Amino acid sequence: MNKLMRNWPVIALGVLLAAGLVAPLATGASPAGFYVEVLLGGLMTGVLYSLVALGFVLIFKASGVFNFAQGAMVLFAALAVARMAEVMPWWLAALLAIGIMVVLAWVIERVVLRPLVNQEAIALLMATLGVTYFLDGFGQTVWGSDIYEINLGIAKEPVMVLDGIFQGGILVNKEDVVAAVAAAALVAALALFFQKTPTGRALRAVADDHQAAQSIGIPLNRIWVIVWSVAGVVALVAGVIWGSKLGVQFSISQVALKALPVVILGGFTSVPGAIIGGLIIGVGEKMAEVFLGPVLVKAFDLAGGGIENWFAYMLALLFLLVRPEGLFGEKHIDRV
Amino acid sequence: MLYRENGQFKTSYVADQQMLPIRQDQVFMIALVVIAFAVVPFVASDYLIRAILVPFLILSLAALGLNLLTGYCGQVSIGHGAFMAVGAYAAYNIATRLPDLNILIVLVLAGLAAALVGMLFGIPSLRIKGLYLAVATLAAQFFFDWVFARVKWFTNYSPSGSVSVPDIALFGLVLNTPQEKYLFVLAIVALFALVAKNLVRGHVGRSWMAIRDMDVAAEVIGIRPMAAKLSAFAISSFYVGVAGALWGFIHLGSWEPLAFSINLSLNLLFMIIIGGLGSILGSFFGAAFIIVLPIVLNQLPAALGIPISTAMVSHLEFMIFGALIVFFLIVEPHGLARLWAIGKEKLRLWPFPH
Repeated sequence: MNKLMRNWPVIALGVLLAAGLVAPLATGASPAGFYVEVLLGGLMTGVLYSLVALGFVLIFKASGVFNFAQGAMVLFAALAVARMAEVMPWWLAALLAIGIMVVLAWVIERVVLRPLVNQEAIALLMATLGVTYFLDGFGQTVWGSDIYEINLGIAKEPVMVLDGIFQGGILVNKEDVVAAVAAAALVAALALFFQKTPTGRALRAVADDHQAAQSIGIPLNRIWVIVWSVAGVVALVAGVIWGSKLGVQFSISQVALKALPVVILGGFTSVPGAIIGGLIIGVGEKMAEVFLGPVLVKAFDLAGGGIENWFAYMLALLFLLVRPEGLFGEKHIDRV
Repeated sequence: MLYRENGQFKTSYVADQQMLPIRQDQVFMIALVVIAFAVVPFVASDYLIRAILVPFLILSLAALGLNLLTGYCGQVSIGHGAFMAVGAYAAYNIATRLPDLNILIVLVLAGLAAALVGMLFGIPSLRIKGLYLAVATLAAQFFFDWVFARVKWFTNYSPSGSVSVPDIALFGLVLNTPQEKYLFVLAIVALFALVAKNLVRGHVGRSWMAIRDMDVAAEVIGIRPMAAKLSAFAISSFYVGVAGALWGFIHLGSWEPLAFSINLSLNLLFMIIIGGLGSILGSFFGAAFIIVLPIVLNQLPAALGIPISTAMVSHLEFMIFGALIVFFLIVEPHGLARLWAIGKEKLRLWPFPH
């Protein structure tokens, strides 16, 4: 009970969000089928946010680096796959791109991280900002800066399902389903890798305590290369899914910034937090855009909606005020 | 030989505590100010003033503002582009709704509006710091991008969402030529730089630096973190708000809703990293660097006779920016201002080795 009392702001925020989520349905403002469609659309975007956030969390856990460049890595990987797939089958391109991401991780570790070891977190953040700019420029120099397509050979026509339950049924993209399954498979593979392999165990040791890990002979530098490679592969998957859905273009790099509020929401150090946070943000902003947007537009006479551009950040800001460690993060946090 | 302070004895505290204690520094600074005010407007071409000097001065002011917050008080902000936007739109609205108001008052009011907003988004800094705060300020960036693009009142119901400012008159004198505008901006920037320099030497600046270096220790010696942090946010945003108003009124003249996007915020951050965190001079160096680099990159290939497309140039610019930031963080984390200080130190001994 006492604990419940202490956490009242979090609970209040949660109740508010939940109320906002069910409000359109409960008040009958939208037909149930449409509501479920919006929900699914939000979940789909959420999966992408989760994947980008996953990359953040992996790197943050293992090296304490807040990797601003994750979005740029997504763009870079997607561009690589898209351009190489023009001359070879897409799976071969993806394999080659994985190789490129590993090389990239190795270069970043050598050139950027190693000289900056033991610097403040802020210096490292700014270094990754530099990496972001470099990758954005480099990727477009090498691969070109038009909009490219990734074709995975899956039909893009939506399928009508659950005709019997909802009036008019629900439109579901086959591609979305494949993407969600792929994302889930990736997360499962990562979980296995972290729990069952010696390398995974070493990664977890480093995440727990750098010095202790080093003192029992775990090579920090190699672990960092591995972690950045894994983050690169996660970025690749996110990039391919995103690219096949919306085309590969520069804006991916910016939209991937949304992973920042996601990790705030889920907690900087929590893998499940990144996934659940991503889903919450994805659904939340889609719901806000579709159902809250028109209300705001009418009330304040706005020139169009678009509140999904900032909704996630404001949610994260509120969350920071009531629960800075996020939903699943460790309690230990830099508090003033 | 030339730059040496021996023989300059101070006989009073006032003399010892003056802003530039070394005579050569005083002479240099006075010469710089005289050249900037009296020589440059007559020698510099219109292009130089309009495309380089004016944006350089305004961005210096903005970088100075961000440096007060990030360099001196240690609070990272990726939202200062938004505070510039607040200043610009506040100035626009005040100037169009009250056309008779003096431009100086408009600038101050714009600064105050930005300061208010800055303080509001600085409130999370009382509980969180570092990376968390960076994300909190990012919220300001995206929120204001949206507000100024969507809320019609702010753009005075212009159909395209872009705004253009009225003529600027200073006591009846309309600022038309680039030279007049340059002098106006220069005077404001010089004044603000002077205030900032004294601010960080005094009580306020020292309390900021104490908070930056170790907040708990600062609290123990009697500095109130809330007052220090919020004042840093307010003053920093005031500077940036004024810079935003100048950017809109003098440099751009008319602008689209996304003129103050996240790229501007990041650019400001780069300026203070490359120039030097916690250095007034460094803000100017950083701004100069960021202004000049793209121009050099644009001209250099043509000058060397290498054919290169504009798209390629902009990609190269990104790459070089990124590489330089990493380079500076590794090789000289204190930026160009530190190189300047090292140069002065070397000059004191020159031509002797010790």
